[in-house]
Amino acid sequence: MENKLIISPSPHIHSGDSVSKNMYGVLIALLPALLVSLYYFGLGALIVTLVSVLSCVLFEFLIQKFLIKQPQTIYDGSAVLTGLLLAFNLPSNLPIWIILIGALAAIGIGKMSFGGLGNNIFNPALVGRVFLLISFPAQMTTWPVPGTIPMDYVDGQTGATILSLLNEGATELPSYTDMLLGNMGGSLGEVSAIALLLGFAFLLVRKIISWHIPVSIILTTFVFTGIMHLVNPAEYVNPIIHILSGGLLLGAIFMATDYVTSPMSKSGMLVFGIGIGLLTSVIRLFGAYPEGMSFAILIMNALTPLINMYFKPKHFGGK
Amino acid sequence: MLRTFRIGGIHPPENKLSAGKKIVRLAVPKQVIVPLSQHIGAPAQAIVKKGDVVKAGTLIAKPSGFVSANIHSPVSGKINKIDAAIDASGYKRTAIYIDVEGDEWEESIDKSDKLIRECHFSAKEIVDKIAAAGIVGLGGATFPTQIKLTPPPGSKAEILIINAVECEPYLTSDHILMLEKGEEILVGVTLLMKSIDVKKAVIGIENNKPDAIKHLKKLASSFSGIEIMPLKVQYPQGGEKQLIDAVMRKQVKSGALPISAGAVVQNVGTAFAVYEAVQKNKPLFERVVTVTGKKLSNPSNFLTRIGTPIHTLIEEAGGLPENTGKVIGGGPMMGKALISPDVPVTKGSSGVLILTKEESVRKPMQNCIRCAKCVNVCPMGLNPTLLMNATEFKSWEMAEANYIVDCIECGSCSFTCPSNRPLLDHIRMGKGKVMGIIRARKA
Repeated sequence: MENKLIISPSPHIHSGDSVSKNMYGVLIALLPALLVSLYYFGLGALIVTLVSVLSCVLFEFLIQKFLIKQPQTIYDGSAVLTGLLLAFNLPSNLPIWIILIGALAAIGIGKMSFGGLGNNIFNPALVGRVFLLISFPAQMTTWPVPGTIPMDYVDGQTGATILSLLNEGATELPSYTDMLLGNMGGSLGEVSAIALLLGFAFLLVRKIISWHIPVSIILTTFVFTGIMHLVNPAEYVNPIIHILSGGLLLGAIFMATDYVTSPMSKSGMLVFGIGIGLLTSVIRLFGAYPEGMSFAILIMNALTPLINMYFKPKHFGGK
Repeated sequence: MLRTFRIGGIHPPENKLSAGKKIVRLAVPKQVIVPLSQHIGAPAQAIVKKGDVVKAGTLIAKPSGFVSANIHSPVSGKINKIDAAIDASGYKRTAIYIDVEGDEWEESIDKSDKLIRECHFSAKEIVDKIAAAGIVGLGGATFPTQIKLTPPPGSKAEILIINAVECEPYLTSDHILMLEKGEEILVGVTLLMKSIDVKKAVIGIENNKPDAIKHLKKLASSFSGIEIMPLKVQYPQGGEKQLIDAVMRKQVKSGALPISAGAVVQNVGTAFAVYEAVQKNKPLFERVVTVTGKKLSNPSNFLTRIGTPIHTLIEEAGGLPENTGKVIGGGPMMGKALISPDVPVTKGSSGVLILTKEESVRKPMQNCIRCAKCVNVCPMGLNPTLLMNATEFKSWEMAEANYIVDCIECGSCSFTCPSNRPLLDHIRMGKGKVMGIIRARKA
């Protein structure tokens, strides 16, 4: 036959969507928060981000090449994203060697040990962060005070976050404006509510994520901490402070929505989000740790297969 | 707010290259190949033999079962042979080869263009004429029409829905038919309404065809009970259950027939064929076929006889381009890649699409990242990635429990998957397997 035709089953066209397009979409959505952190935390934020991203990519490359021995996956953008999200969850004065350990835990334990992207049970960046939080509690909970593009790295002035202040019973907090803009102590990517919400809007418009997980987390946290505030205002702060402080927005918008480790149906997503909101509130209000977002997401990650089993998509013509 | 179906759906590029191109009547070829399987169900049985002389419209094959259909000669001439031929399915199946001589039609056929609106036939007579004319669903499903018009005892249709959405990208045959044969279609719709005794018909048209909507709306004012309903563009709106949901806001239950929701759905091309069969005594032996593709020099809408080799159509549309990778019978979402351009046009051929080599190549598959985009687009509310896994692991119970047999094979999942996973390839296989298991259990 002179000109053989290609035979394959339908459909014969594809949307052109790809894994890397989605990953780079999330990276773009994280840019506003990155710029804010560079402004407030300066050189430290830059070093932590670069080290985290580069080491995550490098570890994935090495593990893929020498241990798994399969085609390289570093170009799909997922390792860059894990690196950036890990950096966003670290204080900007964290020493390089600790970041490297965190990156190895994130990529090595959190992702590649399960077989790489798509097979992991837990959000890799959070595996890295929690690994560091438990191993280096002191370094992981001293945050530099925000400045205007400060040029010091590990030797700058440090302070506490709103949540750790609250945990110790302090009453003087940053203003709402500072919380919205990000002018407060904290991990480098979590401070600016406005920048994170801007990223959220981008993700929604580009249909990379749906609203279900972030909104259910935020609402649940708001309602739960709000009830506690109404019951005892002296003990429990205004729920708005809970939404704007700590890793809640970063976690709700960028970490809990990780495709691989979150449920697939809309109803499952709501259950997942409500679970994270409840766990976060409980840990924050009654637990020993001031912040509970990372633990809440990891616990719900573990429950995701179960949620997928019981909360199926709405079946056409079903009951 | 325009209506559309409420679960899933995608928006592939429309690429209606041949939109607005007038219907061109193709010359009768030298030889036609008329397959005996042009419909869902049992193949028809040939009632002619080698050497027999036939006219256009002569019955040449009879139904061989309940779900089957008459087949008529599309040309005048002599039966050359009855032999195997590769058809659009890719398999060799029995077909009647006819050598063409002249173009003589059966005398009973009214060849004039004169519109006949009045109809004095009873419901039963209409259905019988439709069955006699060998009409099947012309949207591509090719289900024998008379069966759909004879609801099972105890059920009664309340509404006739005409599928004029043409949601497949590229295809324009229904669109141009509505523009050129609007009145005939509306008479056909009236006949269909009479045949199932309903007072109401809705013609669903996607709003990317404003000219057809406007034209039919104007014409419909002089017909009683016919509503033209513009629908929001969304694939696969032409799916029977999706269209019923869009028009009636009613979901046909899993495993149930449309009649359970009180609806009978017919394609707009079928309505035209019904007009010709009942009012003009013309059996179904020609149809409008879109021939299209980005590299094709002259995308067209042809009126062509059944049995015409597809390469004849392609030549009329400018010839097969250099860089051709695939020739598809039908549209890009649900059409079949043809083994060769020599296969004949059949009753179900709505279009011929030519894709370049670049357009034909699938990208390598990556791991599932559980993004759930396939879940979001599935118009049946299924979980395609779960069904693909169930098929891969041969977990037929899991596949059945997750409604694999409800899959309508629209391809939205594979189209959408960012990891280029061949979801539908697997699901189609698993669906066949599970249906076999269910049949065996019932037997």
